[in-house]
Amino acid sequence: MATVDLKDVRKTYFGNVEAVKGVSIAIPDKALCVLVGPSGCGKSTLLRMIAGLEAITSGTVSIGEKVVNAVGPAERDIAMVFQNYALYPHMNVYDNMAYGLRNRGTPKEEIDARVRATAKTLELAHLLERRPRELSGGQRQRVAMGRAIVRYPKVFLFDEPLSNLDAKLRGQMRVEIKSLQRALGVTSVYVTHDQLEAMTLADILVVMNAGEVEQIGAPLDVYEKPASTFVAAFIGAPPMNLLPVAALSAGRTALAAPADAATLGFRPEDATLNPRGGAASGNGAAGLSLDMAVEGVEPVGAESFIYCRMAGERLVLRAAGRTATQTGDGLSAMVETAKLHWFDVAGKRL
Amino acid sequence: MIGSSPLRTYIAHVLLILGVVLVAFPIYYTFVASTQTLQTILRPPLPLVPGDRFFANYYEAIFGGVGRIGGVGVGTLLFNSTVMALGIAVGKIVISILSAYAIVFFRFPLRMTFFWLIFITLMLPVEVRILPTYKVMVDFGLIDTYAGLIVPLIASATATLLFRQFFLTIPGELVEAARVDGAGPWKFFKDILLPLSRTNIAALFVILFIYGWTQYLWPLLVTNRNDMNTIVIGLRKMVSFADADTEWHLVMVTAVLAILPPILVVVLMQRWFVRGLIETEK
Repeated sequence: MATVDLKDVRKTYFGNVEAVKGVSIAIPDKALCVLVGPSGCGKSTLLRMIAGLEAITSGTVSIGEKVVNAVGPAERDIAMVFQNYALYPHMNVYDNMAYGLRNRGTPKEEIDARVRATAKTLELAHLLERRPRELSGGQRQRVAMGRAIVRYPKVFLFDEPLSNLDAKLRGQMRVEIKSLQRALGVTSVYVTHDQLEAMTLADILVVMNAGEVEQIGAPLDVYEKPASTFVAAFIGAPPMNLLPVAALSAGRTALAAPADAATLGFRPEDATLNPRGGAASGNGAAGLSLDMAVEGVEPVGAESFIYCRMAGERLVLRAAGRTATQTGDGLSAMVETAKLHWFDVAGKRL
Repeated sequence: MIGSSPLRTYIAHVLLILGVVLVAFPIYYTFVASTQTLQTILRPPLPLVPGDRFFANYYEAIFGGVGRIGGVGVGTLLFNSTVMALGIAVGKIVISILSAYAIVFFRFPLRMTFFWLIFITLMLPVEVRILPTYKVMVDFGLIDTYAGLIVPLIASATATLLFRQFFLTIPGELVEAARVDGAGPWKFFKDILLPLSRTNIAALFVILFIYGWTQYLWPLLVTNRNDMNTIVIGLRKMVSFADADTEWHLVMVTAVLAILPPILVVVLMQRWFVRGLIETEK
């Protein structure tokens, strides 16, 4: 249906506050692109610029190979799902979904057919006469989705649509959004601050920080090869362990760090654990061995998180299932060379 | 809670009934007087039950005309008052909702200046600007016209402020959703804002209708002809300082008739009125 192309898009407020500092993203047709980042990183501003709700300071936004900088939101052929759903409180579900179509002069019979078909897909058919305030949070969410879907737009824009739902419902809706997006084959841009949502939904993951793109890639590529310490710490729960190279005692670092390395990182699940004094270090594959003190253990069920401290730095390790490790124990962790990530002084991956 | 014991309920009811009697009795007495002959009223004590002159008195007042105000019937006065009160209420609502809409949802140069200009007029009631306003009305030739009665009272900073506060509570996302849905400024106003303001409008209508109905000073100034008087002015003019000159039975009829329309408006719109004051549905 449509590609979405951002070229060096910038947004400046009041002439000097830069909210978005030159972002270029190419989203192919039918792809789901997730913009993720901490609050204030400019991801919502970027989405609103794609929607046409926010003026673009410089750069171009194209939808379906047509530059839409000067096109109003209604004419961009996009549909948006808002964080607080933004349903019209005085209209019933049917009218909420039909309103956009009516404004476009769609024939009555077609509106009716589309609304009923969409309501059926979203299991809203029995709620069409209800007002938004008579619906549960999850149902409102569906209506907001329905209002977007019923338009058959070129692009869906999602602005943190699940953040007002409870955890269980959020997981369920996440799966539903993904399968719906696949089934409809509509190019989508999805904004979230939740890295789990980002990982599971995205075809293309865009990690943003302070108005700039830190990394663009497939979710697992981003996870396995974070481009910067920021991405390493943001993607993954618990986040990647990051240690200043200086904190590693020379003796224990049996391997040569790259020349400019300032920070070393490894994922919590990439460490092999041995009780201190075990025959761990230097054993088997070449790698890094670290001795640390256990400060706390969190058994979650399927896995356990072990919080440790080494040379003043906090670390998190993950053990599958239960662990015998207890608070106050000494621990030796072994990380294979291939699983180590090195970053330079500026935080860029080496 | 209060009223759990029978004695408390009893005392509460006695107090409430006393209050009602205290408020309602003068009105009832007015009604009683309006059904007596002039002679009965002038010869105390006045009976406590309605007399037999109900239809005769009301007919005479409404259709016959009252001598002291130049033979104009109370029907004409009622009509004048209704036109004025409706004109003021509707006019104020239309003007203030539109100005609030402009101030809240549009970005234009000097927006805040305009807002403060409107706000400052709060401090300038009719009484303060009455001479210049009167001069303007004379120059426009609007003395003794409905326009002259209505227009100077039609702008309302209070109502504008009220609508502004309400509009500010409408989430920005709703405005944006409407924009994405292809609703222009007018459509947004008509399809979203007006329906959401319904209860506020109803509440304001009640308050403003009564405000217009009870106007005294301005109608007194701007109307000279007897057939352009409002009922409040007419009522005042019917009363002479010498008791014998005053047709008290007709005065009482007029008083009862003057009370009825505001009561009617309140009763009919009570449900909306209360909702408008308390509702925070979003």
